[in-house]
Amino acid sequence: MKTFVQHNLFYIIFFIGFIGFSQTIEVCGDCTITSLKEAIRIAKDFDTIVVKKGTYKAHDIVIDKPLTIVGENYPVIDGELKGEIITIISDNVTVDGLFIINVGTSYTEDYAAIRVRKSKNFVIQNLVLEKLFFGIYIEKSSHGKVFHNKVIGDAVEEYNSGNGIQLWYSHHVEIEHNYIEHVRDGIYLEFSDDCLIKNNVSALNIRYGLHFMFSNDDTYQDNTFENNGAGVAVMFSKKIRMYNNTFKENWGTASYGMLLKEINDSEIIGNTFEENTIGINIEGSNRIIYKHNNFKNNGWAIKVRGACYTNQFVENNFLYNSFDIAYNSKVNDNVFDKNYWSNYTGYDLDKDGIGDVPYRPVKLFSYIVNRTPETIILLRSMFIDIIDFSEKVSPVFTPDNLMDHHPQTKKVTW
Amino acid sequence: MVNIEGLHKKFGKNHVLSGLDLTINEGGIFAVLGPNGSGKTTLIKSILGMVIPDKGDISVLGKNIKKKSEYRHQIDYLPQIANFPSNLKVRELIKMIKDLRQNTDTDLHLIKLFKLEPFLDKKLGTLSGGTKQKVNIVLTFMFDSPLIILDEPTTGLDPISLIRLKDLIQAEKAKGKTILITSHIMSFVEEVSDEIVFLLEGKIYFRGTISELKTKTNQPDFEHAIASILTDNHA
Amino acid sequence: MLKILKYSFFDLMRSRWSYVYFAFYLLLGVVLLFLNNDLSKAVITLMNVIIVLVPLIGTIFGVMYYYNSKEFTELLLAQPLKRSSIFLGQYLGVALSLSISLILGLGIPFVFYGLFESSAIWDFSLLLVTGTFLTLIFTALAFNIAMSNENKIKGFGYAILLWLFLAIIYDGLFLMTLIMFEDYPLDKVSLIGTMLNPIDLSRTLILLKLDISALLGYTGAVFKQFFGTSFGLIISFVMLAIWVALPVLRIVFKSKKKDF
Repeated sequence: MKTFVQHNLFYIIFFIGFIGFSQTIEVCGDCTITSLKEAIRIAKDFDTIVVKKGTYKAHDIVIDKPLTIVGENYPVIDGELKGEIITIISDNVTVDGLFIINVGTSYTEDYAAIRVRKSKNFVIQNLVLEKLFFGIYIEKSSHGKVFHNKVIGDAVEEYNSGNGIQLWYSHHVEIEHNYIEHVRDGIYLEFSDDCLIKNNVSALNIRYGLHFMFSNDDTYQDNTFENNGAGVAVMFSKKIRMYNNTFKENWGTASYGMLLKEINDSEIIGNTFEENTIGINIEGSNRIIYKHNNFKNNGWAIKVRGACYTNQFVENNFLYNSFDIAYNSKVNDNVFDKNYWSNYTGYDLDKDGIGDVPYRPVKLFSYIVNRTPETIILLRSMFIDIIDFSEKVSPVFTPDNLMDHHPQTKKVTW
Repeated sequence: MVNIEGLHKKFGKNHVLSGLDLTINEGGIFAVLGPNGSGKTTLIKSILGMVIPDKGDISVLGKNIKKKSEYRHQIDYLPQIANFPSNLKVRELIKMIKDLRQNTDTDLHLIKLFKLEPFLDKKLGTLSGGTKQKVNIVLTFMFDSPLIILDEPTTGLDPISLIRLKDLIQAEKAKGKTILITSHIMSFVEEVSDEIVFLLEGKIYFRGTISELKTKTNQPDFEHAIASILTDNHA
Repeated sequence: MLKILKYSFFDLMRSRWSYVYFAFYLLLGVVLLFLNNDLSKAVITLMNVIIVLVPLIGTIFGVMYYYNSKEFTELLLAQPLKRSSIFLGQYLGVALSLSISLILGLGIPFVFYGLFESSAIWDFSLLLVTGTFLTLIFTALAFNIAMSNENKIKGFGYAILLWLFLAIIYDGLFLMTLIMFEDYPLDKVSLIGTMLNPIDLSRTLILLKLDISALLGYTGAVFKQFFGTSFGLIISFVMLAIWVALPVLRIVFKSKKKDF
């Protein structure tokens, strides 16, 4: 124990010593040093490089020592579409306040505006990225922060565009207060665990606002996903905590507020799903808790595609969705309980706030629409109401044990 | 006054009027008679433009009436069954008809004549059949048109009103108007009409004065004369 | 025509039935608001009710008014008035008084509940516009039926059948057709099928407002163009206008030919 403290103390003193002797190097058009590359070359470890306002044409800038690079009044780093612009390969690097544009596009290499490779303790903040391929690419790195950046892409097609913020084999990264739009995936995590994604806005992206693949134990909360091809896709991951996010207006044929595929043991709490074609699309996902979410004005609040077991949908509000729940099988192993359903037409004679008749959220018509999509045009027709009613009385096509036995008569509050 | 040439009208398979020609001269009272279904009402309605003829021409005051409505300014019509919008008050109905045609003060006199003052603020739906008929008469006679058409004018009238009606008809005649009447009450017809037309199966069977009819049928009174036409034709 | 309209309208405004309908809509509005405690939800429920009920009321009331005012019509026919103005006047009188019953009956409770401060106001306005269109259409259809049938019972029968067909049976056949031919591209067919039924058409307008998220889930390009742009809204309103115009034209046409 004692040796551990001593060991660390040594490092701390060592570190403070460095700060004490660290220099500031200025880069500007008529300074002695006119390029960032040159500044990095002559800088010593833990120096600060201040880049003054101006336009600097450069690409393949490699930061190979622990430096702090700060832009003053957003200097422009123009990559002239020639390739990657900044690559960080050292620990303890901070990049702050740059305006980076014109990343090269390639079909063989993922050029990024700024890449962190095999590094720790990095901070990337206050950047503005435009005309990019990939934005911020974090590769085999950890314990970093991506804070308050703005990524504005101009992606049109999926195949020739990159992601706004991408994590690959990285862990313990915090992504906060970023704004990302018009890229392929706003934020993409692959094989990245223990990350925190908080307070970001990801909008108008071609594919997903946020995308998880093979990433576990991550948390994302208080984010807004709006108008994306699909809001959030969570695939082949487990123990993901999804709290208080907003998923809005993700419209389209294959468009979801949230897509869950092969997800286990996760929590979805306090989120708002509003005006999405499908609020949550679930496939092969087990032991997930859905609680205190608002599903409002969605086409389908929840679409269950099969192989979903022991999930719990408790105390959510289902408000004015065209369809509350769609199931494509007759088997149900999930629990629906104590939710508020605006489509509930039962009564509460004993006034305990719980409807006296169970609610069946799956309608026959959703089964028909699943089979023949054009029939959607008959939604809200009286004929459909009649067949839905008869199905409700004696279920033939829909799971007969799928019921909320305690439908609330007032909106659930928390 | 009214000139009808080759009038044909079918309702379904039923030939109601088949090639009827009729000229009604100006002035005098003219009765259209005939058994049920002989085409009396159809004839009258054709003149009024309520029934559209299949064939033939009708002119009123020298003008062809086809697809026209203005000529009806020259006609006062008393419909057979007076069933008015039941929510209207009598006063409002009179006002409305005036509004639709033209303004006149004659109605005040007529209302007094038929003692309708107490009913003016009653809704038409609450009136008895006779009172409705009186209102009907007021509506017809309050305008000063050269041609008056009365379809069963006596329906539901009490004796006093009947006398008043006859007086009214005579007064209009005296003004030189042409009056066309249909009625089942033979005594009434005999009393008022100058000339009759007897319709049978859509054609004119007889036209002339009542005395000519009596001579033709060899019957002492009008009612029997009519009856004999019917029995002869049905035998 | 305006005079006839005026008199028919005042006549109806004074009749028991207008109050019955007014009271009915008023009650419906109040009950829905009371039960739901929520403006948006009440508007949705109301939409479901309106597209079925308004046509029924329009049809029945139109037929009833026509038969009941037969003698009045004859009285008018003897007056120096154009036939078409008599019938158009009566038709508009009925349609307008029904529309006013609808608009006031539903409007009053919602306004008191705070409609003007609510985001549901557009949905509600759309609801009233659609309701008015349906009233115009179905009253005109009712007049057509009544003018073509002297027999009251037959007229009522046909009117009810018409409603039943357009409100329910049509959709049943429509659904069967779509399911039977599900292997073919059907988006055009389904849109055309909708246009041919005024109740479906009104429903579509409501779907555009309430269920746009669900509608955009379907792949068809025609569907997308229809629902994804203002194109659908415009076409629907044009079609509704045509649906008003056609039966009204037939009233004019028929009125010139008809015997009384």
